[in-house]
Amino acid sequence: MKLRKLAVAASIAAIGFSAALTAPAAYAAEDQFFPVLAYRTGAYAPNGAPWANGFVDYMKLTNARGGVNGVKMIWEECETAYATDRGVECYERLKGKHGGATAVQPLSTGITFALTEKAPVDKIPVITAGYGRSESQNGAVFGWNFPLVGTYWSGADVLVQHIAKKEGGFDKLKGKKITLVYHDSPYGKEPIALLQERAKMHGFNLSLLPVAHPGVEQKATWLQIRQNKPDYVFLWGWGVMNSTAIKEAQATGYPREKMYGVWWSGAEPDVKDVGDGAKGYNALAMQHGAEPNAKVVKEVLEKLHAKGQGTGPKEEVGQVLYMRGLISAMVQTEAVRVAQGRYGKGKHITGEQMRWGLENLNLDQKALDGLGFAGVMRPVHTTCIDHMGSGFARVHTWDGKKWNFSSDWYEADQKVLRPMVMLASGKYAEEKKITPRTPEDCKK
Amino acid sequence: MFYRENGQFKTSYKSDQQIFPIPQDRWAILAIIAIAFFVIPLMVDEYLFRAILIPFLILSLAALGVNILVGYCGQITLGAGAFMAVGAYAAYNFLIRVSGMPALGAILLGGFTAAAVGIVFGIPSLRVRGLYLAVATLAAQFFWDWAFLRVKWFTNDASSGSVSVADIDVFGWIVNTPTDKYLFCLGILVIFSLMAKNLVRGNMGRQWMAIRDMDVAATVIGIRPLYAKLTAFAVSSFYLGVAGALWGMINLGSWEPAAFSIDRSFQLLFMVIIGGMGAIAGSFFGAAFIVILPIFLNQILPVIGGLFGLEVSIALVSHVEIMIFGALIVFFLIVEPHGIARLWSTGREKLRLWPFPH
Amino acid sequence: MAFFLETLLGGLMSGMLYSLVALGFVLIYKASGVFNFAQGAMVLFAALSMARFSEWIPEWLGMDNLFMANVLAFAVSVVVMFVVAWLIERLVLRHLVNQEGATLLMATLGIAYFLDGVGQTIFGSDIYKIDVGMPKEPVMMLESVFEGGILINKEDFVAAFISALLVVALSIFFQKTSTGRALRAVADDHQAAQSIGIPLNRSWVIVWCVAGITALVAGVIWGSKLGAQFSLSTVALRALPVVILGGLTSVPGAIIGGLIIGVGEKLSEVYLGPYVGGGIEIWFAYMLALVFLLFRPQGLFGEKIIDRV
Repeated sequence: MKLRKLAVAASIAAIGFSAALTAPAAYAAEDQFFPVLAYRTGAYAPNGAPWANGFVDYMKLTNARGGVNGVKMIWEECETAYATDRGVECYERLKGKHGGATAVQPLSTGITFALTEKAPVDKIPVITAGYGRSESQNGAVFGWNFPLVGTYWSGADVLVQHIAKKEGGFDKLKGKKITLVYHDSPYGKEPIALLQERAKMHGFNLSLLPVAHPGVEQKATWLQIRQNKPDYVFLWGWGVMNSTAIKEAQATGYPREKMYGVWWSGAEPDVKDVGDGAKGYNALAMQHGAEPNAKVVKEVLEKLHAKGQGTGPKEEVGQVLYMRGLISAMVQTEAVRVAQGRYGKGKHITGEQMRWGLENLNLDQKALDGLGFAGVMRPVHTTCIDHMGSGFARVHTWDGKKWNFSSDWYEADQKVLRPMVMLASGKYAEEKKITPRTPEDCKK
Repeated sequence: MFYRENGQFKTSYKSDQQIFPIPQDRWAILAIIAIAFFVIPLMVDEYLFRAILIPFLILSLAALGVNILVGYCGQITLGAGAFMAVGAYAAYNFLIRVSGMPALGAILLGGFTAAAVGIVFGIPSLRVRGLYLAVATLAAQFFWDWAFLRVKWFTNDASSGSVSVADIDVFGWIVNTPTDKYLFCLGILVIFSLMAKNLVRGNMGRQWMAIRDMDVAATVIGIRPLYAKLTAFAVSSFYLGVAGALWGMINLGSWEPAAFSIDRSFQLLFMVIIGGMGAIAGSFFGAAFIVILPIFLNQILPVIGGLFGLEVSIALVSHVEIMIFGALIVFFLIVEPHGIARLWSTGREKLRLWPFPH
Repeated sequence: MAFFLETLLGGLMSGMLYSLVALGFVLIYKASGVFNFAQGAMVLFAALSMARFSEWIPEWLGMDNLFMANVLAFAVSVVVMFVVAWLIERLVLRHLVNQEGATLLMATLGIAYFLDGVGQTIFGSDIYKIDVGMPKEPVMMLESVFEGGILINKEDFVAAFISALLVVALSIFFQKTSTGRALRAVADDHQAAQSIGIPLNRSWVIVWCVAGITALVAGVIWGSKLGAQFSLSTVALRALPVVILGGLTSVPGAIIGGLIIGVGEKLSEVYLGPYVGGGIEIWFAYMLALVFLLFRPQGLFGEKIIDRV
């Protein structure tokens, strides 16, 4: 009997599976398709969900604005749960749908590493706005990676600049103690190389304290901080590690004013359940912070949420991670526009043409203002060699209720970054036997 | 009707002791292998290759390794992922540090390194047993997770701790398209399965099973637990190491220690238990079940929701997916605690009498 | 010296928290022979239930009293955990009596997945706040003895105190009450217990309920410390070395084991960690447990394993 039941169950499942595979999809031939690799479940869901909501909302907004020269955005979401193999499966599942994926944004350093291998084969650009491999700024080697708007190295560089400014000059950093508390994964380890370089330049002491995934046990870490009494603590966490770090800082009495998080450690989910305990905590703002008053946010509220078409809760619109999703979608939409300018307005753009668009992105202040991003971000200008486009950042501070900007704009120092990027990407090229592109190759 | 053994007489020990004594089985298996090698590459698209078939093949190999240890030798392990990681990183280091190292050689050396590490971490099994040992194997898991993040030498000083390899070159055959990768993994899996099948039928396998069934009794009849347990750890880790090297170099191309985290270890143990402990075929069933089920659920749930006119949010889908995944595991364990392999053999018994059962 | 004491105290207090989770493992293993990997998921489920009900109940009833909201939420969560325990026994364990340890272990992993899914579906997957009024700011002590004094984390201190209370309560329950005695009888020998009229199924439900309550207390404490969110289920992995070190069947073992592991991992991280790059505490805890096991394979207080042929 059992066997028969199982057989019936299996056949039902098989029928269902075939139905799933043949599910019809209606779309116009020139629509641009974007896979959305998101995570709304698991340990990092509180941070992953707002990003995905912002990302999808901007694509909805683009369609409400009439698309890019009439071309509509379509997308499909796939849950990765922040796991690399699930992410790769999602990518493989979605990359060929609806006329092929235009670009992909994995929102995970691990998935970025895996997709970096596949991108050149599939000819689909990988956009990693504010994360991913820092050395992929070098477009000559990493032809398909676009760490637009910022990398971890540019972030770390800005943090050091900010500290120097606070102290009154780079020479004042000599002998200062800086501790990096980082997520023990490639993500958390990314900034170390740059901080060590800066430590050599300015003579500050850098100590490193790793925190194991998911970062809920940090007592020993903060005991060490209490013992060493560093002048500054840099926090490179993600998800629950951030709020735990701030709580432990409170419990060991380390002043939150001296803590600086990266832009993935400075959003509402990181501080909201700590509340007043996080008062004075600083974090980098990757260009944007929380932007409830930005024009584009008002537009989203008016055109989408007021009509009940928004993604996620209304209160989230304008929050830090939501804005990051919004901006990530904006740069890719604008790249489509650039590519259309060359390959035909109102036409479908392939992955390869999209890459050209991403490499020739030139968002000046006027264009940004027109899109409703006035005051939210600074111009982005990419080239075939520089895939980052801009290294601006600000610092914002939590006042117990909301994030407020507490610094001016900084720009990462390319004099420090460039040699490191060249060295690391050269090593990668050697390992993978890649011949770097020359400026002539770029013109094609 | 077609699966009758009537009239098949064994006239020599050799024919009686074949791997598949029944000709129908033999032909069926050969047919499956032939289809896998020659037909599937022609009909399957890239998605199936990359997202399902290649992971399935590699994880089957890993599940075989775990099955040798857990199913045949009775030592539960929760640290299988660590040995995959050792295999992957060892193979990587052999490949980049030894000039002229052939890729296949690096993969096998990765396996041997994992075997050596397996022996070291197997030593406590001589004293610690059962669930205590299971939890203690987590020490290996967490230790290697940490070591590959912290010791820069293992990752060739990569700033982020993640490593990547170029396309694999096997005697001039550049393995880079999905079909190539599939065939390469399939070849290795077939050879290793044959090896495993023979190992467990032989002297060594019988010793393992004696230890599993009752180790004191086994010792009394002259089986050395030291030798039996440590060989089980070594062979199992060798399989895991090779699987890890394939997972890193063939499936991912670029990886970080998180690819071999504790979740992977649990996943492998699931495969063995759901598939069937102490059955080679069980490893394949288990791997298929665990690889395909989540992907299947993820795609089917929105469709089912659509049938009922519900707009299912992606978050709900993923939550329901893990719910159903968990429930199905419990369901399977209740229906058949000995795994799918047992269902399979029950089915075969029925087939022998079909269509006139009585 | 002061810093050493601080580390030691920190270790002892985290050790108490581990014990609390470990206790859940031990109770269930003792009574039903199930190594319950779902304990972490139960902690998470309980914490989510507590956090969300303390948010929802004031909304539903239109009241504005934090204390009452917490009490009601706690009561509702207790009921929720009872239901979970009953369902697990009724739907899963009853059908798996007499199966091998590995099968049962996998079944509890299945339950863990299921609970993770249900919990997030019902209660959501964001970070939620549990505010039971735990003190957050540190205090300094013994300032006259050491320069700068010793910093005591008040929250940990309260948490350790609550855990200790719970352990005492459980010990009394198991040693003195008739239900407790019945449970111990079941633990010792299922058949003998059954033959003198102790209903097995009901005993198991009771044990799972008790484990559910320890999960709830652990969930409230950890949740108020870290926020109620998914990663809480991983505290189970920190509690495992405690369980094997103390012995799978021993309640005092869970406590002593917790203290040893807590102190061991904090001291190792602080004093050994800097030499090897840090981040060693989790594997160090397992290695420490393993070393103890090499000398006592059944854990410090576990029942001696006797081999019979």
